[in-house]
Amino acid sequence: MQHLVDIVLLGLLMITGFAIVRMRSLLAVTMLTSIYSLFSALLFVVLDAVDVALTEAAIGAGISTILLLATVALTTEYEKVPSHRSLLPLLVVTLTGAALIYGTLDMPHYGDPNAPVHRHVAPDYIEDTPEEIGVPNVVTSVLASYRGYDTLGEVTVIFTAGVGVLALLGVHLRKRTEQPSDYHKLVVLRVIAKLFFPLILLFALYVLFHGDYGPGGGFQAGVIFATGFVLYALTHGLGNAERVIPPALLGILAAAGVLLYSAVGIEGMLLGGKFLEYNVLADDPVSGQHLGILLIETGVGITVAAVILIIYFGFVSRRPGGADAQDPS
Amino acid sequence: MLDILLDILSWILLLGGALFLLTGAIGVLRFPDFYSRLHAVSVCDTLGAGMVLLGLMLQGGLTLVTVKLMLIFYFMVFSGPTAVHALAEAAQVSGLDPVEDDREDG
Repeated sequence: MQHLVDIVLLGLLMITGFAIVRMRSLLAVTMLTSIYSLFSALLFVVLDAVDVALTEAAIGAGISTILLLATVALTTEYEKVPSHRSLLPLLVVTLTGAALIYGTLDMPHYGDPNAPVHRHVAPDYIEDTPEEIGVPNVVTSVLASYRGYDTLGEVTVIFTAGVGVLALLGVHLRKRTEQPSDYHKLVVLRVIAKLFFPLILLFALYVLFHGDYGPGGGFQAGVIFATGFVLYALTHGLGNAERVIPPALLGILAAAGVLLYSAVGIEGMLLGGKFLEYNVLADDPVSGQHLGILLIETGVGITVAAVILIIYFGFVSRRPGGADAQDPS
Repeated sequence: MLDILLDILSWILLLGGALFLLTGAIGVLRFPDFYSRLHAVSVCDTLGAGMVLLGLMLQGGLTLVTVKLMLIFYFMVFSGPTAVHALAEAAQVSGLDPVEDDREDG
């Protein structure tokens, strides 16, 4: 039964992949990439990797679809028919694929308990988490505590991406908040968006602060937080969204998240521990770990949300009409 | 006794929801144009998913899971029709006309 679900999901992934290659309409391809991500998220759920599934659903199926749509709106809707023959690329791709499949023959079997990945440090993490960290979600303890350096690196990468987009595209500020001409047409969407906006932000906070106990954490929460503002920008116009959360503030927030993360690390050093050692943050090690994880997850969430909004504003504000020209009407 | 009754009711809802979802899928494949397909999807999706969620709520009993399912239900009741409305609106604005009568084409 389990294998049947796996095979069906992998088959659907393959079909979606072929459809993406065959399609010429970039809008359809964007939607298909979103569907691809959704199938991947389902596959992760089947594999019991709910944290990864939540990330994939939020980032892959959610926010990157919006960013891709913004890109398509900036460029062109149809892929150009290539003028050259595609035999050589096909050959390269086939050979690379064959080499990769040959490479997988040496890999451990699916679900093999003796695979190196299950025997290296993972057993220690799983066994020590209840005493050392005291959070039920081992993924959070690994990401935020045992592998705190890696996560700091990831957040810095995201921050760098935001800085890059800001440097290359910039965010064109809008002085006036112009009302779109077709105000009345969007009225249903506006009412529903207003209804959902606070709930989305609330859910983001839930995902952020519940990450110790269930699936979730800073990355997912940041993405969900940003999605709320993107929804607001799509329905109420970019000018209004920029009044709610000014782009200048976004730059500061993106840096503040990384700084909060590093500050927690340095605070650990000041209190006599190592960099990113949370045990010294409170009176007893376990509450120190809780406090440290909470603070760095908050930092991650702030940076991720700010960077995604910087990228979104950077893309969309390049269009003369802004977000209003980008929505369906 | 009550447990069995709830279980039966929940399975009726689950299977009924699945039936509606299947009907919607068939409608998408068989209906002639964009608007009628959208109609098939929107009606069946909201009802089918709602019934599945209700069935799952009965399975969950009085737990936190049921509260979460209720929130999802609340979300779907609003978001489903709104998404379909946005799609139909977008199609109409971009100039897609409904097919008046497909049977003339054979």
